Amino acid sequence: MPQETNMQRTIPIIVCFIFGLFMLVQFFVPHHASISAYQTVLDWMQIIFVFTLLVGVISYAKLNAKKITRTQTGWGYNLIGLIGLAVMIILGLSMGTGEKTPFLWMFNNVQAPMQSTMFSLLAFFVASAAYRGFRARSWEAGLLLAVAIVVMLGRVPLGNFISHWIPDAANWILRTPSMAAKRGIYIGIGLGTISTSLRIILGIERTYLGRK
Amino acid sequence: MLKSKITIFWLAFLLLTSTVSAAGLPVKLKAVDTPNDKGGSITLTFEDLSEDTTVVEYEILRSAMEDNSFQLVGKISSKDTKFIDNSVKDGVEYLYLLKVAKEDDVLFSAVFGPVTSGGQWFNTQRINVLLGLVICFLFILGFIIYGKRGKKLYIRPIAGLQAVDNAIGRATEMGKPILYSSGLGKMDRVATMASMNILSSVAEKTAEYNTPLIFPNYDPVVMTTAQEVVFEAYSKTGHPEAYDPDNIFFVTQSQFGYAAAVDGIMTRQLPATNLFFGTFEAEALILAETGNSVGALQIAGTDSTIQLSFFIVACDYTLIGEELFVASGYLTKDPQILGSIKGQDFLKALVVLLILIGGVAGILGWSWIVRLFSVG
Repeated sequence: MPQETNMQRTIPIIVCFIFGLFMLVQFFVPHHASISAYQTVLDWMQIIFVFTLLVGVISYAKLNAKKITRTQTGWGYNLIGLIGLAVMIILGLSMGTGEKTPFLWMFNNVQAPMQSTMFSLLAFFVASAAYRGFRARSWEAGLLLAVAIVVMLGRVPLGNFISHWIPDAANWILRTPSMAAKRGIYIGIGLGTISTSLRIILGIERTYLGRK
Repeated sequence: MLKSKITIFWLAFLLLTSTVSAAGLPVKLKAVDTPNDKGGSITLTFEDLSEDTTVVEYEILRSAMEDNSFQLVGKISSKDTKFIDNSVKDGVEYLYLLKVAKEDDVLFSAVFGPVTSGGQWFNTQRINVLLGLVICFLFILGFIIYGKRGKKLYIRPIAGLQAVDNAIGRATEMGKPILYSSGLGKMDRVATMASMNILSSVAEKTAEYNTPLIFPNYDPVVMTTAQEVVFEAYSKTGHPEAYDPDNIFFVTQSQFGYAAAVDGIMTRQLPATNLFFGTFEAEALILAETGNSVGALQIAGTDSTIQLSFFIVACDYTLIGEELFVASGYLTKDPQILGSIKGQDFLKALVVLLILIGGVAGILGWSWIVRLFSVG
């Protein structure tokens, strides 16, 4: 058993090291052999993705079926979810997914509007978040509010109508102080990514491997 | 033998019959294997005749060394002085000829060649990136070894990570679950990896306090990894029986479908704490605002700078920039990971120094410093 545990740990670390190193090296090698190998890895990722999606669907179906059979709180939602999954699979397999198929009709007239509805909620959430963020309770918050007003006015025709200085000021804010702050964060993220990647490639960070 | 004789004769004929340019010399042509490419390409550069207003266009003619005829491979405008021939085969020797079509005349260059194309094994335009990476690796490795030797390393307090314990304690006292989300990132994202490291520390504490940990997933691979990570954490703390795999589940691969599902879980189960660590996109604000409306204590961290601003407004604590990546070392106190974080800090100081040097060089007009950092 301990041997099996070691293998379970060692093999993923070796695989991770090899592929991590390959991805790093291929960035510096423009030769078509390197590009071809990189493309093969990407193709394999797509193949693996399809199978993992199957894992997701099975997990979804199992969990929802369990909640329905136990009539847990909100089991009606689980039932609707499962019916939706079954209907789309049946329509897709029996009549195809091309143009003028019931599958595509369902996608365009049921799923897409629901997704758009969720996306539209953002407008209201932005308004409520902006209200909280811009409450001028301190001088820093007041400054933030003033800057936000300038930037918002600078993005709409009304700003230019009031004065051409407003869009100019908005552009300067976005290009200079805002960009400087963003780049500071980018540098931190970049260095953090390099450091974390190196820890993973070298097998120092191995939490993602899970159980021993 | 006969073929090569014909080729030589053809070349000699072209040279003898070629018209010379105004300067009394044939139009200068140069062809080289395109540098830093995958192969199958030859770059031709030629004399700038843009001042000559009678030039209509250029025609590029090519012949394989073994053949005896030049074929047209491309036409370009009179303003260009460069042509990249992407229709060549690696290893084959080619000869090139430039025909300059003028309003009242035709000029030919001398035949140039033979030239052969081939792929390169190292992109010399990226040597600065390689050098930068080597410096980064040396710094980080050096500090990992330093940490491994047991040297004490100081990491500044990070409010967002300090609040994780309180957030878990709050959920335990209220008898409500903790909701964890790694967003839309897949396992190939470093932010998702960092999120799994934080999840491990969170799961260890929820196992100790017997607090339910709900983790709806966007990606099946992340789901499987999270299940393994949480089970390991529960086993480590001696509570493997408390682990419920049904609490870590796949929802959907639709961005707003995921947002709707997580919002639904929040409004039905009213979690006391929401933890958002990973890669988030437009759904970030939808999740954080819903969490805010149900009164959950929220801690977030992402590598997306656009979504950071939304999290800052809607969440109680936010991990900014590299704070997300240092979380595992901060929470576990692993000396090797702490060492790598220290290396990261020194690299940041180095970057600041380079920015200052760049600023001064820019003021002084030393553009060569800027060129040192350009990547091809």
